[in-house]
Amino acid sequence: MSTVMKIENLEAKIGDKKILKGLNLELEAGKVHAIMGPNGAGKSTLSKTIVGHYDVEVLGGDITYKGKSIVDMDAEERALEGIFLSFQHPVEIPGVNNAYFLRTALNAKRKHEGKEALNAAEFLRLMKSHLEMLGMKSDMISRSLNEGFSGGEKKRNEILQMLILEPEVIILDEIDSGLDIDALRAVSEGINKMKDGKRTFLVITHYSRILDYIEPDYIHVLKDGKVIKTAGPELVAQLEEHGYDAIEEE
Amino acid sequence: MANEGLDKAVSGEYALGFEIDIETEIVPPGLDENTIKFISNKKEEPEWMLELRLKALKKWETMTEPHWAKLDYTPIDYQSISYYAAPKEQLDSLDEVDPKILEAYEKLGISLEEQKQLAGVKVAVDAVIDSVSVKTTYSAELEKHGVIFCSISEAIRDYPELIKKYMFSVVPMADNYFAALNSAVFTDGTFVYIPKGVRCPMELSTYFRINATNTGQFERTLIVADEGSYVSYNEGCSAPTRDEHQLHAAVVELIILKDAEIKYSTIQNWYPGDENGKGGIYNFVTKRAICEGDNSKVSWTQVETGSAITWKYPSCILKGDNSVGEFYSVAVTTLAQQADTGTKMIHIGKNTKSTIISKGISAMKGQNTYRGLVKINASAVGARNYSECDSLLIGSKCGAHTFPYLESKDTQGQVEHEATTSKISDEQLFYLRQRGITEEDAVSMIVHGFCKQVFSQLPMEYAVEAKALLELTLEGSVG
Ligand SMILES: Nc1ncnc2c1ncn2[C@@H]1O[C@H](COP(=O)(O)OP(=O)(O)OP(=O)(O)O)[C@@H](O)[C@H]1O
Ligand SMILES: [Mg+2]
Repeated sequence: MSTVMKIENLEAKIGDKKILKGLNLELEAGKVHAIMGPNGAGKSTLSKTIVGHYDVEVLGGDITYKGKSIVDMDAEERALEGIFLSFQHPVEIPGVNNAYFLRTALNAKRKHEGKEALNAAEFLRLMKSHLEMLGMKSDMISRSLNEGFSGGEKKRNEILQMLILEPEVIILDEIDSGLDIDALRAVSEGINKMKDGKRTFLVITHYSRILDYIEPDYIHVLKDGKVIKTAGPELVAQLEEHGYDAIEEE
Repeated sequence: MANEGLDKAVSGEYALGFEIDIETEIVPPGLDENTIKFISNKKEEPEWMLELRLKALKKWETMTEPHWAKLDYTPIDYQSISYYAAPKEQLDSLDEVDPKILEAYEKLGISLEEQKQLAGVKVAVDAVIDSVSVKTTYSAELEKHGVIFCSISEAIRDYPELIKKYMFSVVPMADNYFAALNSAVFTDGTFVYIPKGVRCPMELSTYFRINATNTGQFERTLIVADEGSYVSYNEGCSAPTRDEHQLHAAVVELIILKDAEIKYSTIQNWYPGDENGKGGIYNFVTKRAICEGDNSKVSWTQVETGSAITWKYPSCILKGDNSVGEFYSVAVTTLAQQADTGTKMIHIGKNTKSTIISKGISAMKGQNTYRGLVKINASAVGARNYSECDSLLIGSKCGAHTFPYLESKDTQGQVEHEATTSKISDEQLFYLRQRGITEEDAVSMIVHGFCKQVFSQLPMEYAVEAKALLELTLEGSVG
């Protein structure tokens, strides 16, 4: 197997609180990894640490991406290198046009890859095709980024960004929370569309529903700042029945 | 974390600080009757104008500089300023304009070519360097519609009746210290008259440039929109980088008659000085509009990014019934800039309506003050006002202050005021950076978003310019 990201003995704190306590996790390239675990276990903290969020201070251990350590890399560089996080709570940015923001982001990435920038018309065509697929209204083009979006609209907008930016490692932090049935299906379809055997997914969730759609290859259980178990998709049913307390650390 | 990089990101360098190398005629510093006579003579003015100027000088000499604004600056020595500077040769047609001046305007992004067409919209440009108007384009085509668009000096010679009737009618000669000074020494500026029922066929623009050392610029603009007419007018300004402060004291008067409308937009980018407050333009401006007739409308849109000191309160006197006044403002203070700006909305007519949208952005050591007055007279039955004053702070050494004043004699008047102060949140910056956008770009994106309501009021090509200018002001030194 080929490993795209390797997390070793990761220790990290937010404020004075140590949250990740020697966490180990290997992401196999092209696979879908699901992370489950109780509230407050450190799942969001892990995803923030991977993308270089300013809240998190790394105390020890390492994260390597394609063989290189990324813990000292700027957040924007990690993004340009292909690491994407769909936020659990996307922030609202008033007055910033959604399409303009997305085109800027895409063109930053294209520039990084030595490609030509897309002009407004080309981009609009691209954006519209994705909007349709995700069942999003066309006013999402001109509305301000996340401003006044419903919970579900915010989540769809995160998926839209993923589709347009085409990242390599995709972290989805509770993308399924608060979605209605149709939205869940649309979001799952978006994710499945991105599955091409090369992209790698890290899907943080509390529910098996989304996993039914996107069919993970691995389930990792994160508890008290550590990954305590890794298994195949069959683990989900067991977790649903017995809860996290029944899991023994391996 | 995030704010550390910001100071660097917002110390934008001034891009228009170059000097135009042309021969200039300049009078020695100092201000007395002889200076006034010299200016009036240079402008070949009629005797009545000279007399008005001398009267203004007398009044000014009895007045004292106002200091109620939240501005801190070294006193101005009015005798050390030169009150007249002009490119040496007199210019009659575009062909005769010194190529260096044309080049300079090109650098400024202003093309004087007659063919200039932006987004299908023609823009007539009057360019003023130091004390004289260089060239007014499109005059002939405007004449066909009866529109007068010329320098104020020409207007004084060619349209004395209009000037006598309207000049000083909105901003009286001794309205305030700086207005009185301007009334005495004003050197050039623009005059516009739109006849009855005419919709001005193109955008009108004036570009002001202070070029000579140690001079002040005192322009005077007068726009009259006759009944049922419409005009959109834009002004832009810049000045070279210099260590000394230079004074700019302008007066703008707008008269809007029945059913007429004026849209007045300003992009002010005078040299701001450095981060220690050295150099920069002192910008003391009196702008006032009177909605004289029923159903008339005026809107002031300003983007103020330059000047060391800005003292400016474009105002609307809403005299006609159902008249409408609007004020849209973005004021940016970075480096050591100070701005005390806002508006006055004076409601006199029935059912008059005013809107104030003010966006203050402060960075580094910038100090930004909004000062606004909404006055509703007893006669203004059914008057309404909506005010929104938002401040955005970037970093922790800057400041934002809001002083909204309300005087209402009409108990039925509806007045709404909202004010917010926000910081660019780390959360917002991080979101954008996680999508691969650099911190500088992220800051300017958030700032643009903050200014959107105001930028959307500008004519298209000026909105683009304003946006670029803001970017430059806030992030010029990076990358
Ligand atoms: N900014 C912060 N300041 C203080 N404590 C924090 C902060 N962010 C996270 N924590 C704490 O760190 C712990 C882990 O939080 P985290 O958000 O990573 O949990 P999670 O596994 O994602 O939980 P959930 O399933 O509820 O989303 C929690 O106890 C939380 O309160
Ligand atoms: Mg979480």
